[in-house]
This record gives sequence, C-alpha cells and structure tokens, in this order.
Amino acid sequence: MRTLEKLREPGLLRTLTRRLRSLKVSSPVTLMEVCGTHTMAIHRAGLPSVFPPNLHVLSGPGCPVCVTPTEYLDRAMAMAREYGVMLTTFGDMMRVPGSSGNLTFLRGEGYPVEVVYSPLGALDLAREHQEQQVVFLAVGFETTAPTVAATVKYAREQQLRNFSILCAHKLIPPALEVLLADPEINVDGFILPGHVSVILGSEPYRFIAEKHHRACVITGFEPADVAQGILMLVEQLRSGEPRVEIQYRRGVRPEGNARALKFVDELFEPADATWRGFGLIPKSGLVLREAFSEFDAAERFPVEIEPQPEPAGCLCGEVVRGKVAPPECGLFARACTPDTPVGPCMVSSEGACAAFYRYSPQSRTSKGGSDDD
Amino acid sequence: MTRSPGDSGDRILLAHGAGGSLMHRLIRELLLKYLDSPELAPLDDAAELRIEGDRLAFSTDSFVVKPLFFPGGDIGSLAVSGTVNDLLMKGARPAYLSLGLVLEEGLPIADLARILESIQRTSQAAEVSVVTGDTKVVPRGEADGVFINTAGIGSILPETNVGGSNARPGDAVIVSGGIGEHGIAVMTERNGLKLGGDIASDAAPLNRVVLPILERFGGAVHVLRDPTRGGVAASLNEIADASHVEIALEESAVPVREQVNAVCELLGFDPLYVPCEGRFLAVVDGAVADGVVELLRAELDCPLATRIGEVSPSDAGLVQLHTTSGGRRILDMPAGELLPRIC
Repeated sequence: MRTLEKLREPGLLRTLTRRLRSLKVSSPVTLMEVCGTHTMAIHRAGLPSVFPPNLHVLSGPGCPVCVTPTEYLDRAMAMAREYGVMLTTFGDMMRVPGSSGNLTFLRGEGYPVEVVYSPLGALDLAREHQEQQVVFLAVGFETTAPTVAATVKYAREQQLRNFSILCAHKLIPPALEVLLADPEINVDGFILPGHVSVILGSEPYRFIAEKHHRACVITGFEPADVAQGILMLVEQLRSGEPRVEIQYRRGVRPEGNARALKFVDELFEPADATWRGFGLIPKSGLVLREAFSEFDAAERFPVEIEPQPEPAGCLCGEVVRGKVAPPECGLFARACTPDTPVGPCMVSSEGACAAFYRYSPQSRTSKGGSDDD
Repeated sequence: MTRSPGDSGDRILLAHGAGGSLMHRLIRELLLKYLDSPELAPLDDAAELRIEGDRLAFSTDSFVVKPLFFPGGDIGSLAVSGTVNDLLMKGARPAYLSLGLVLEEGLPIADLARILESIQRTSQAAEVSVVTGDTKVVPRGEADGVFINTAGIGSILPETNVGGSNARPGDAVIVSGGIGEHGIAVMTERNGLKLGGDIASDAAPLNRVVLPILERFGGAVHVLRDPTRGGVAASLNEIADASHVEIALEESAVPVREQVNAVCELLGFDPLYVPCEGRFLAVVDGAVADGVVELLRAELDCPLATRIGEVSPSDAGLVQLHTTSGGRRILDMPAGELLPRIC
C-alpha cells in the first residue's frame, strides 16, 4: 500500500498534471490507450481537462465487452432458453444488447442469470446447485485468462460435471497488429495496458516500435501513472527513437509472468476470433484445448445462431479502432445512453462511449456544459 | 421478441429500483402520469401538507434489504431511520410512524422478535412512536424473510423552508460524515466477502443532528438530502437539476473511510455512488457554512463533517467534480443496477 499512498499524494498528482497542462506540443500528437481500465482512469481523474490542446488520447480495442460480437451474447441467451442453463457473468455483460434483448431482460423473464466477481464464484454456484448446469461467460484479455484456466482445472479436479465456460477470450497484440496495418489509423504512440503486461511482459509489443515505429509505454492505472506514462510518451516521440518503455515498474517485468503463461498454454490454444469492429483476426482468441473440451459450453449445448448485422447507425466498431470519437456517432447521447445503450461501448463501464458520456462536460451538448479551465 | 435499439424493454428491471436515471424516468413518465398532485410534484423525500394552518411532512418507504441483519444494523433499524430521515430532510420533527410487515412463511419467530426489538430501540432514539400497523404472511418463496413498509408524519419546524429546488448560487454543500459505509457493509455481508477491517453500516436516525442545525440556522438551510440509493452523486444531481444550478464538488474534500475506499476499489465501485443511511447533505447559505460544519463537529458528534462543494449559477443542472488530480469532469447520475436490495 505504501507505493499507492505515495502515488495518490495530492501534491505529486498536481505536480504531474501541471506538467501535462504546460506541456509544449508543437504538432498534434495522438496517443491511444488499449485498456478499459485506462479509459476509466483517464476520464475519472478528469485528465482530458488538463491535456494541452494539441494532445489527443483515443480509446482503442481495450474493453473486452466492447469487442465481443453480438453473436456471442445471442449464443449464451439461446443456451439459457433452450437448455435452461444458469448463466454466470461479470456484471459488465448484463446490459450488452444481443439481437433480442440482453441478460437483464432474460433474468426479468425468469431465467437464472447470476453476476459473479470471479470465475471461482461461478464454480461455487455450480457446487451449490449440482442439479443445474452452470455456464460461465469467459470474456476478457490476457489478464483474466489465467484465473479462468485455474477455474476449469479446479472443476476437473472436483469432477464438477455441471460447469462449463463459453469462451470469448482475446489477445491484445494480434489486434494491435491489425490496427497498425490500417493506413487510416493515425496514432503516434500507445499507452499499453499494465495488467495485461504483468502476464505478457514487454516483449510481445516490440514489433510496434521496431516494425511500425510507434512509441510505447506500459503504464499503470493510478492517475499519477497515466500522467507520467503520457509524459514519457511525449518525451519518447521528441527523441525520435520509438521503443517499449515500462512506466508500471512495480507490476511488470520484461519477461512477464512465465507461470501464468504456462498455465494458460496448458488449457488454451490460440484460435481465430471475431472482434466487433475488426471482424475475424487470425490467432487472436483462446479456445480450450482438446483435452479440456468437455468444459466447452459451446460443445455441450449446441445452438443455432443467425449472424446479425450491427445495430443500424452504431459506430462502436469505428470507436474501438479509434477512427471516430464517441460524440461523432449519430446515436451518441441521443438514442444511445448508459440507460438505453445501443452498442457495447456505451454499456460497459469501461467503454469509450460510456466514459465520454459520463465524465465529459462536452458530451451534454443539449445541456450546454463546457469546461473553460 | 423484437425491440428497437436503445429500448429498455417492457418489463421492470432491477435498475428501475437503483435510484438512478432509469428510476427517475419510471417515476416521471409512468407514476406521475397517473398520480399527479401538487404535493407529490416536487419529488422530495417527504411531501409537505398543509392541514388547518399546520405544515406537516409525510413520507413512506419500503425496505427489502438482503441480508436482514448486517454489521451496524438490520432491516428494523433501517425501516425506522429511513422514514425518520426522510421527514427530517423536509425540515420536520418526526412524530409518528406506521409499520407494515410482509412476512414469509417459515420465518423464525426469533428473527422477527429481534427485528421488532431493533424497531423499538431505534424509535426511542428517534423520538417517534409506532401508532398503527399491519401484518401479512405470504407463502414460502413469495417474499424473502421480511419486507417492511413504514410511513411517517411530523411537523415542519417554523422558519424552515427546505426542498430540493431551493439551492441558490453562493450556497455551500456540506456532508455530515464518511460516505458509502451502509452500502459496503451490506454488500460485504451479503457476499460473504472477507476483506479484513470491519465496516459497519452508518444507518441511524438523524434527528439529534439535523434538528439542532435547523433550530440554529433556520432559513439559511436550503436543501437537506440523505444520500441513500445512488449515493452522493444521485442526490447532488437531483438537487442541481431541480434547482437549475451547477454544483462543483471537491473530490479530495469528501470524507471516505479507508476500508470503504479499499472495498470500492476491489469491486470497481465509486464511493460517490454507494448508499449511506445515516448521513445527510446540506446545501446552506455560504455565509453560515463554516458555522454549520463547526456545530456538527464540535457539538453533534460528526467529526468528519466537511464542506465539500459550492453552488453556482447555471441552467445546465450539472454536477462538476474537481478531481484530486486537479482535473475536472462531470459527476453523473448513476445508471444501471449498482447494488440491488441495499435498503
């Protein structure tokens, strides 16, 4: 806790934000963060209000809920309706619209849907309700994969035959590769995710600096971390020598967490995966290996799912690629609000649209709010 | 089932009870459509009634908290303090309560006795009497142990005029103590979270704190709110909206106990959205604000009472948070279901 206390010391914070505010950025600089926790940290701390006018920070594909396709939710809801399974999920998935309603509606119709804080919570439910099939909606990036792997392993050790996972786990580096190959995307540097990198280390990002010549800083999640990460990125851009730096030194080692990586590798293998906004990205998802396929809910409860177009007018796909800012979407703050979300970027508390809507005075054009400081 | 994008559906959702924007829309668009009256229209915590020249406050509240017993309180103490505090927030001295019990078949009588004992103790502390009541029993599975409804009535103190729409530019916002303790106590108890450090609910009747303030500062007290569902964020948004003003909140000034912060961080909550049941927000004339804080701290056993915000002119009805980092952002109405069955 000592480090955290230091990082939260208002004096230090204000020094860093003063440095940000007075940063001289001669030509426009665009940075992208690729982690929902960063999206939230930046907006919750009100950092955009202290950025110099030439500095822009976009949100990339860092919110797992936001890049999960509609079909995934449709599949989960069909399993509940056709097989009567209990769905267990992190709270963020509850209001993501499928093509026919969302999980809160499903619960309102009387189907069992439970919010858990960890996959182990889902396992507890399976143990308590042995007569009930329990499916955990495994949505996340490299950070959550080791816990899900551990949970599946426990399920096997405890011979829980009523537990399975519907896996939509995704990997960040392949998505960044696709993003960087798009000539329309104009990003000078990346605020790389601290939590994901605790597992991955810094090595998997080297191609960003070496092949694509973009600045990279692996950054922590305290407002002071983010402010420092941005200052380091601007400095790196000035030096003209792109590389992968680690700001989040208290959590990340260059080689990552070998044990967690081995654990994930034991249970999962990379597979092609569909990302909302990107489409199919080769080897960008995780599926259970053959030896653990008995825990794959998609195999245990086969359902027919029609492919669905994205909701009309929804630009979530463009938002997660950093091509448009949330207010540029015609639905933003009109048809699409946190209470009545159309796309996943407005649902997830970590989504770029939700963060922008909740925290940015400019988002309330109808109310005419402005920030003149 | 087909639904247009953005539709919140044709059924009641848990989020409709969360104290956020969906609940406000339900009240405005459905309840007020059928039940409009000048007394109901201000949507304050209690209605002001004028009967033969007397100004009375009248309020009702239902309690469905799960679990029934939690650190620092239970459904009984909550049912008394909830309604008593709603009357106080209208500037009234609470006098009488009604008590409606909905009991589930199979509830241990000992549990009911424990709840009634708690109602008795809290009523004494709040200086109110339960004067009428009702008891119903429903089959097992059709309620969850006990649901309680209380209604209360009290007389509004002379020289006071408090209401959600009375905040004015130049006013200051004061909070009476650490926020979020009730929500976190119930939440950790319900989920069996073993997080170390005891967080007890702050649930308590506020009569001994609020009445002296009203007696001393009278007309300088413009708005009183207990930040229950939706927490401080929802209450301040309601006030800014109803009073057509902007409220600037200083994040670093808001008192939050360390354990509350720690649990919030773990579960991804913002303490500003977590309910209290024994704290209040006061919007008072800026000239008396320091005096109110001084009275709370020195004489009324509220050591953490603090001035946390200022009111300025604006039609936008927004709450601006000045963050600890030195940035600024909106503090919005809560959306979705933060913590169902918290009171």
